[in-house]
Amino acid sequence: MRELINWIADPIRSFPIVCVLFYLMMKYYRVVGSKKFLYVALAVIIPTAVWFAADPNFFTILILPDNIPIIILLVLVGYLTWFSLHKAAINDERIEQGLGPVEGTPENREKVWCWPNLVYTELFAIIAATSFLIVWAILFKAPLEEPANPTWAPNPAKAPWYFLGLQEMLVYFDPWMAGVVLPGVVVVGLIAIPYIDTNPKGNGYYTIAERPVAQWGFQFGWLVLWIYLIIVGTFLRGPNWTFYGPFEYWDYHKVVAEYNVNLSEFMWIKWLNTAMPENMFVREILGILLSLAYMIVLPPLTAATKYGKMMIEKVGQMRYYIFVVLLLLMMSLPIKMVLRWLFSLKYIVALPELELNL
Amino acid sequence: MAAKGLADKVRETQVWKSIFRHGPPDNARNRAAVVAGNVFLHLHPIKLKKSGVQLGYTWCMGGLTFFIFLALTVSGVLLMFYYRPTAEYAFNDIIALREHVPLGIMREIHRWGAHAMVITTWLHMFRVFMTGSYKPPREFNWGVGVILLVLTLLLSFTGYLLPWDQLAIWAITVGANMAKATPFLGHGGPGASLAQIGDFVLVSDKNDVRFQLLAGRFVGEPALLRFYILHCVFIPLVVGTLIAVHFWRVRKDGGISAPL
Ligand code: HEM
Repeated sequence: MRELINWIADPIRSFPIVCVLFYLMMKYYRVVGSKKFLYVALAVIIPTAVWFAADPNFFTILILPDNIPIIILLVLVGYLTWFSLHKAAINDERIEQGLGPVEGTPENREKVWCWPNLVYTELFAIIAATSFLIVWAILFKAPLEEPANPTWAPNPAKAPWYFLGLQEMLVYFDPWMAGVVLPGVVVVGLIAIPYIDTNPKGNGYYTIAERPVAQWGFQFGWLVLWIYLIIVGTFLRGPNWTFYGPFEYWDYHKVVAEYNVNLSEFMWIKWLNTAMPENMFVREILGILLSLAYMIVLPPLTAATKYGKMMIEKVGQMRYYIFVVLLLLMMSLPIKMVLRWLFSLKYIVALPELELNL
Repeated sequence: MAAKGLADKVRETQVWKSIFRHGPPDNARNRAAVVAGNVFLHLHPIKLKKSGVQLGYTWCMGGLTFFIFLALTVSGVLLMFYYRPTAEYAFNDIIALREHVPLGIMREIHRWGAHAMVITTWLHMFRVFMTGSYKPPREFNWGVGVILLVLTLLLSFTGYLLPWDQLAIWAITVGANMAKATPFLGHGGPGASLAQIGDFVLVSDKNDVRFQLLAGRFVGEPALLRFYILHCVFIPLVVGTLIAVHFWRVRKDGGISAPL
């Protein structure tokens, strides 16, 4: 059993599984968002979590004081995701029946006094948060390691947990992409959301059915690409950033033979059976063309599809293209992951001469 | 009865009346006065839609984020009394803090609070997305929020270095090496090698973005000072200002979102 879970947890397998689970969750959100589902899920998750924690190897990583926040995050994200689906499911049901969202009922539109209604809620939240923090602070001492030593690097040298999704991207992309361009795209993309999503529905209440594109796009980026990668980076990456199953001991001598090949090597050596050309641009021509096609040719192609035309009609050319380009940039990560796993592909474009590897 | 009598007596005193210029908030007039007349509470509207008050709608996540920010400010100031940002003292000051300050949990509050603020900020964004609250007229405030999110992460990141232990300098080294790879602006990034005039290299490890961030080529004492100032002064000021903008806009955009 433990062997099996170690085997499944490898991103090669767990990433597709998470994607399928995500698809099912979003597609059947009304089932997932039911109370019954929550109880069943808890009945499965709690014993499983206990069983996981009972393993000494996993436990060692689990209770590192610096990992506690991730556990809190996971519990909260899990519950609040369910809770949002729950509220959206109720609202969507009501909207179908012509009743409108719960937030819009006359009773909920009624104005209430800030004092005491809101002020007391806030007071309660403050007291709860303070107690929580104090208990947390008493239970877990803030760790302190050896004094800084610039000549000796710990292995693995991990970034703070909230950046581990980015560090995990380093497996698939060079730092200029994983550490600069893609985070920049995330920030710009987030700020752009309100200007791209012109759907007037779903403003001020929980719903999924009324804004499917926004919901699927955002949740995929947030739950799968951000949260899932943080889990991988925290719990499943050990020394040298190699993969370790949750029940696996972090053995510093584990060597994983990995031999990844560039697209240009595939092309010239494997397929054409010749030597690599001298000129770097000729050498990388296929990858350059493919990358350009991905970013420049693909958007107009999608615009010509039935679905693309429908969207352009709604939001206009400009918004549509920005949306597609952002989406393609986001999807470049899962695409690169899958290519790596299927073909051991290292770089699509490998121009180390310019430090430009894709 | 006696307690009630006492409370009433206190309310009658000149001292009380000088502080709170209204009677107990049990009628409409006083409930308005208690919110409008208090500098902290006046951030709130006097009356608001019931849907926006419910915990099930906002999860109070934005409010919690703000509260944790305040808690971090207070605990952070306390820590500053003990901590000197130099390679010689930093680590030892943390040890001293741990060993000599009785019942000291300020470092814990500050550290776990920092983690908590990252979590609540993310969850607040998640909630705002789920309720579609970024839609007009709140587009701009969503943008302000995203900047706040980035700054929250930067606050946490700059604080990570201050204990000056192995975890600190190597986590920051991993992070700062990303800056090295910035296209055109980092000496290890794409395009940097093109930025040459004759033999003169425009972008080198002595002037690129990583150098600006660390005030050096590696994480050393100058980086510690730089991170200290960013962490304790500069970023908190910017965050505080933007939070003011954020709250102002929540009010000006019509309060907590609700169905149109
Ligand atoms: C330091 C970080 C932040 C603080 C202290 C903060 C605080 C708040 C507070 C107190 C509210 C009132 C409603 C509530 O509690 O939910 C609010 C609303 C809002 N926040 Fe934030 N926020 C922060 C970050 C963000 C982020 C990261 C985003 C989005 C990317 C965001 C977007 C918004 C929007 C659009 C509203 C209006 C919501 C509505 O009307 O329903 N904020 N914020």
